[in-house]
Amino acid sequence: MRQRLPLIVCFLAGSVMFLQYFSPHPAARWIYNSILDWWQIIFAFTLLVGIAAFIKTNLRSISRGKETPYKLVSLAGLALMPILALFGGIKIDSPFLWTFENVIAPMQATVFSLLAFFVASASFRGFRARNIQAAILLGTALIVLIGRIPIAEMLSDWFPKVTFWVQNYPSMSARRAILIGIGLGSMTTSLRVILGIERTYLRGD
Amino acid sequence: MSSKLFVDLKGRDIYILDMFKICRFGMPLLTFAVFLVLTDTTWASDPSVNGVSSWFDVLTLPTLIISIIAIAIVLYTSHAAKSGKQFKIREIPGLKAVEEAVGRATEMGSPILFTPGWGGDIQRPTTIASMNILSTVAEKTAQYDCRLIYPTHDPVIMAVAQEVIREGYTTAGHSDRYNADDIFYISSSQFGYAAAVDGIISRTKPASVFLLGTFEAESLILAETANSIGAIQIAGTDSTIQLSFFIVACDYTLIGEELFAASGYLSNNKEILSSVRAQDIIKILIAAFVVTAIIWATVDPSSTWWRY
Repeated sequence: MRQRLPLIVCFLAGSVMFLQYFSPHPAARWIYNSILDWWQIIFAFTLLVGIAAFIKTNLRSISRGKETPYKLVSLAGLALMPILALFGGIKIDSPFLWTFENVIAPMQATVFSLLAFFVASASFRGFRARNIQAAILLGTALIVLIGRIPIAEMLSDWFPKVTFWVQNYPSMSARRAILIGIGLGSMTTSLRVILGIERTYLRGD
Repeated sequence: MSSKLFVDLKGRDIYILDMFKICRFGMPLLTFAVFLVLTDTTWASDPSVNGVSSWFDVLTLPTLIISIIAIAIVLYTSHAAKSGKQFKIREIPGLKAVEEAVGRATEMGSPILFTPGWGGDIQRPTTIASMNILSTVAEKTAQYDCRLIYPTHDPVIMAVAQEVIREGYTTAGHSDRYNADDIFYISSSQFGYAAAVDGIISRTKPASVFLLGTFEAESLILAETANSIGAIQIAGTDSTIQLSFFIVACDYTLIGEELFAASGYLSNNKEILSSVRAQDIIKILIAAFVVTAIIWATVDPSSTWWRY
């Protein structure tokens, strides 16, 4: 029963979600929305578990003297925002919003902006003409890069046209082939889980 | 794995009955739930509820037909596998390298980092596929006594990963080596998660990094950081945009359906391999449909039957 019950729940949930897709009936909508509500409730409880695990892991590292400054900052951040929200509210001019806009948002923007440098370093490594295929990739990438900047049209009409062709024919067909594979893979993985063939998530064989 | 649920009928194990046994309990519950919904008077007062058309959206008919065909093919290949038919799967370098990645980490005395990305939750097939690979990785790390670190952005994924890893360690016979503290929730914020995983990679210097799941803008940030410390990287995702980043930055990339075929490939489970075979059959049908539609549209440009 330890295995059978989760399999039955999985089969029921999967079948209901599959069938409701084909029905515009209010009952089907109600089932769909109810399951989404349940999902939110489960998420809220697991969030508590996640935060408890986060605090426990950080406190244990501090007690062992491992990466103490990082762990202290993490715990301080975790405690600070709810405290500010509880005592100062979340309205405009509240300390919570000020902290969000002046500390969290710039930090997130900083990490995101690192992407530009990582793209440059990855491109430098990836676009090396080591063989014929890599040379073709390099040439195509250069044409597409030039074709996407405004100055390309001033250089030649040829650049935007070739860029359009590369993006909409060879590149798009390759992407669609991968997407079909991903779609089929997603579908068979879902079927495996619903039908109980795939049981990795279950504990104990 | 599933032998406990097999039903022996006239001396033969029939796979479909495995599912029927689940359905035997599941179907009455499903029927009861449908009955409750149908008899609920709440819907009777709704003016939009009128006849059969209110129960079935005709516009979804092609999807339903394709779904039924797909389910039938999966069931057929599963049955064929149970009847003794062998299915082979081509070599996938990214999955073959799993052993190498774990071995390398063991030799170097460094941990392994496995993360499912920020983009998905447990409902996504990509996350489920990554859990299947995690199961094998956990089993191998338990065998080699190598530390496995699993940071995630989603507490539900954390809970499932803890179960999967614990099960992997138990299967390997080393449940004492399991450390729940190494599977932890970080933050639901995308770049908070990216910064934290980057920090872990920089400080713990894992010998192998597995980036398998649903990734968005954080993909290249993580891959490049792992590359900068010289870690061997195995990546796979369902986003074609992020795949291009992974191909450039990682040693091995699972492209398209390779990620979903992983559990069959790694476990060599013939039931799972049969569903990969089903995938190939459906792909052939799609290709045949596309070719037919191209020829039809060329001969008769005004035709539209193939459009949906």
